[in-house]
Amino acid sequence: MSPSATALLIILAIVGIGSFIGFRAGASRKMDLEQWTVANRGFGVVLVWLLMAGEVYTTFSFLGASGWAYSRGGPTLYILAYLTLGYVVSFYILPQLWETARAQGLQTQSDFFEKRYGSKMLAALVAAVGVVFIVPYLQLQLKGMGIIVEVASFSQINHTAAMVIGGALVAGFVFTSGVRAVALVSVLKDILLLGAAIVIGLAIPYHWFGGFGPMFKAIARVHPAHLTMPGATHNMGHAWFISTVLLTSLGVYMWPHNFGASFTARSSDTLRRNAVVMPLYTLLLPLIFFAGFAAILVVPGLKDGDLSLLTVVQKTFPPWFLGVVGGAGALTAMVPSAILILTASTLFAKNFFRPIFAPSMSDDAVVKLAKVASVVLMAVALLFAISGTRTIVALLLLGYAGVTQFFPGVLLGLYWGRASRAGVFSGLVVGIATVTFLTLSGRDPFLGLNAGFMALILNFIVTVSVSLLSDSKGSQSEEIVAP
Amino acid sequence: MARKPTLPAVLLGLIPFVGMCFTVPLWDRIHPFVAGLPFNLFWLMLWIVLTPLCLWGAYRFEKQADLQQPNGRHGGAR
Repeated sequence: MSPSATALLIILAIVGIGSFIGFRAGASRKMDLEQWTVANRGFGVVLVWLLMAGEVYTTFSFLGASGWAYSRGGPTLYILAYLTLGYVVSFYILPQLWETARAQGLQTQSDFFEKRYGSKMLAALVAAVGVVFIVPYLQLQLKGMGIIVEVASFSQINHTAAMVIGGALVAGFVFTSGVRAVALVSVLKDILLLGAAIVIGLAIPYHWFGGFGPMFKAIARVHPAHLTMPGATHNMGHAWFISTVLLTSLGVYMWPHNFGASFTARSSDTLRRNAVVMPLYTLLLPLIFFAGFAAILVVPGLKDGDLSLLTVVQKTFPPWFLGVVGGAGALTAMVPSAILILTASTLFAKNFFRPIFAPSMSDDAVVKLAKVASVVLMAVALLFAISGTRTIVALLLLGYAGVTQFFPGVLLGLYWGRASRAGVFSGLVVGIATVTFLTLSGRDPFLGLNAGFMALILNFIVTVSVSLLSDSKGSQSEEIVAP
Repeated sequence: MARKPTLPAVLLGLIPFVGMCFTVPLWDRIHPFVAGLPFNLFWLMLWIVLTPLCLWGAYRFEKQADLQQPNGRHGGAR
């Protein structure tokens, strides 16, 4: 068999098995709204771990982390800090959110805003903002999948075909099996990703340099500034690092899909124990960095840093292994895509369309509408990904900065009785407006600080001041946690 | 309102923020290499391992606070 046919066969086999697991996941269950969105809140530590790890380790960690190590150097370390600290933040908010969610039957992030602040309009705004920021994130996953499959199949499948096939499979298993599909496909994806990362991270430095120690010594000799901040950039220094790590670690669980995934847990204790151990999974990322760092000396001068991992893998390993990496990479894009599409379509149907256009809709009709919406959203994201330009990265940064603006409403909503509807509404609007203005006008980083971080500070100030000024009685719903 | 986390639990959670975030100017350098890694990378990997220890401590405090409440985790405002 020719090398390219071997690689192609392995990719197809992995994607095929993954999709089969996804389609089977919900086959014997009745897919009502509760089952589809939160799997009847029945996941234990292992499935919650898989679901959350499945969401966090995306194409960005695979291609993006190695790409940043290659093209920017030192600033890429922010990824290790923000993920670890994101789990720390989750320890203090997810268990409380879970309690609230169970007591009040919440299924989405918007539901929380609706119940806590007693406003369907605020909830619809949160849902709309969430969906808007999810689309570019989804687009990025599809684009990453296209690149991975095209390179790993020796260009036998071009990236457009890969995106369309992968996108259709994802829409299909989300349609049939909901969130259960995402968790179960994650099992295969995580095993493959873990295996691939260990082999790649250890074998590449060993093959070219005799180990990662000599590799770093060599890089330190040739490019001494590359391994510290600001690395190969001119504006990603320590102030940028601190503000970006703060913003993104507070933001990890503000993504509507991550927020909602916590509701699948069996108990709040599951989430706390999960938060204790999750940081260890971050140890996978330095191995992926190693590939990007090795590529600096092995394949210098690549125009697109995101291709560094695949290029150096192709130069180091036999074709069958490239197939494994390609298959793992495709699943790494498909799993997060699935949860993104599931979340966005539920937000649209349940928290945006129903309250505004059809208040009398039943839950079963909401599931039907959400399923249709998931197919439509996938089609939209595919169109963007196929015709898309390089502005995706800009849109993604905007996304992180955007969703973190939910943080004041969540934190103060849980712990500060006086946080009011008017306060959270104005804070959110000011935050999103600031982010949009600073990012789109090219002012990020602003004064050396992450633009989203500046917006978050303004957001906090506005939320607290308006809450203190507004009449706290009329604007609050009853006690959020049932006694 | 949800029960606020206990003070010791919050302080334990702040430790990783100090270690991995606020102190970056102190540890963002290449030398000395530790275990073949540049110092900044080694430092962050060390804290990835130390963070679960801090959170495990926080977990103990939270668990204890839960037990002291009549309704366990379902406790209301205080």
